[in-house]
Amino acid sequence: MHENGYKFELEEMDLYYGDFKVLEDVNLEIKKCCITSIIGPSGCGKSSALRCLNRMNDLVDGARIEGSVVLDGEDIYDRNYSVVGLRKRVGMVFQKPNPFPKTIYDNVAFGPRLYGIRDRETLDGIVEESLKSAALFEEVKDKLRTSALALSGGQQQRLCIARVLAVQPEVILLDEPCSALDPIATQRIEDLLSDLKTRYTIVIVTHNMQQAARLSDYTAFFMIEEQGDPGKIVEYGDTNTIFTKPTDERTERYITGRFG
Amino acid sequence: MQGVIDREWIVKKTLFTLAMITVLGIVLLIFFVARESIPAFTEAGPVNLFSATWNPGNGQYGMLVFLTGTLATTAGGLLLGTPLAIGSALFLTQMAPRRARSIMTRGVELLAGVPSIVLGWLGFTIMVPWIRSATGSTGTGILAASIILAIMVIPTITTISKDALEAVPESHLQAAYAMGATRWQTIRRVLLPAAKPGLLVAVILGMGRAIGETMAVALVIGPASVFPKSLTSPTHTLTTKILIEMGESTGVQRSSLFAMGLVLLLLSMLLILLVRLVSRQKETMR
Repeated sequence: MHENGYKFELEEMDLYYGDFKVLEDVNLEIKKCCITSIIGPSGCGKSSALRCLNRMNDLVDGARIEGSVVLDGEDIYDRNYSVVGLRKRVGMVFQKPNPFPKTIYDNVAFGPRLYGIRDRETLDGIVEESLKSAALFEEVKDKLRTSALALSGGQQQRLCIARVLAVQPEVILLDEPCSALDPIATQRIEDLLSDLKTRYTIVIVTHNMQQAARLSDYTAFFMIEEQGDPGKIVEYGDTNTIFTKPTDERTERYITGRFG
Repeated sequence: MQGVIDREWIVKKTLFTLAMITVLGIVLLIFFVARESIPAFTEAGPVNLFSATWNPGNGQYGMLVFLTGTLATTAGGLLLGTPLAIGSALFLTQMAPRRARSIMTRGVELLAGVPSIVLGWLGFTIMVPWIRSATGSTGTGILAASIILAIMVIPTITTISKDALEAVPESHLQAAYAMGATRWQTIRRVLLPAAKPGLLVAVILGMGRAIGETMAVALVIGPASVFPKSLTSPTHTLTTKILIEMGESTGVQRSSLFAMGLVLLLLSMLLILLVRLVSRQKETMR
């Protein structure tokens, strides 16, 4: 068993889309049961970096990785590594809420059914449990059989979190999950994530610096030097240090809002 | 100011007149076909018209054989064509590399443009002899007609299915993949259910194409005015019967052909109604 407190270890990782180098020399250790946030200006590759962790970049034509991405001691880009198994362990929540055009129940039951759970009572239990964990159950318990698309944006996003929780992942990746939500819905998601971090390792990409400061334990700051250059990590450390005593001048300029 | 209003008035009235001409054309068409089929209903009577025997010399004008032929060939064409067409659309939208996609799309469009007589002719000269030698029958009949119709509905169904599949937001598919779904699971559990209303419209429009097709079917259907004994024995459809009889019939016989036309017209209108209903359901689902 691999025990050093790190869930993910990225070492000298480069990401290419075709000939274009998107990320260069990314070194990052993501601690278990913590919230790690990835911040940086638009186009710096922070979402791409997140998508390296569950190999969603595989869906992009010509995407290719150099270096290593290790999850619990195993390189997830190893030829024999199961992508399906990886994505079961590492769930993802997207920028725009994307529930399936199905009922609330079927959305949450999607993952368990995918992994072969058919038993009605078991599914009922998973759906209820997941919706409770996502702090949505009370609002929807009487309309589980209605379309998920009738929910508000914030509810849809919590439903997407419930959908991920239903397969009992170890890691939850969130790609700017609140950027389409109003402040109250955002607040609820943040509260939820703070609750969830005791059980899950959470990595969140955010545009919102206050959110990163409020929510996360560790923060990685990505940026690109110039248009066309690959994105790099400028600074990585515990959130307090990054936001109060950044060592790099560029980090300081970014978090104080002088560029980006 | 007066001039502007006048011009507006003229444009309005002109467009209104043009629209009326179109509507009038449709109304007149239905009216004419219905009027011409009145003698068949009054003199032969509906029981006779919808019976199974066509023997004008004996005063028997039953269209049941032809109606059956139309429904059977249409169903056969769809049964053969739909899986191929939706399969192609899935391949085009989900798997094909960009180059193959554009070549295949071009090919499907080309297939849509092949005149039906050409397909019928190929069917008659190549496919029918092949079926004949394989089965020992005449080679013509419902099977041959179904295969030709399948080829004819494939472009329609493929093109519209492709649009329906492309209309499913990429984010749904991403969500499924991120849950660990394989490509096949994503297609079966997310893509197809989400595209279902659009796929249904595609099949219904393909059905519309198959139900009215005449020339291609006429060359490979038989002909014979009796129920087929097997899938490879000669019979007739509504359209092919009208085609063959129209030159040399008068009186009630001629009128009964119009009655067949009326039935065909009503069938097509029913299909359009179906498309409407399905499309409306599609909108309320969004």
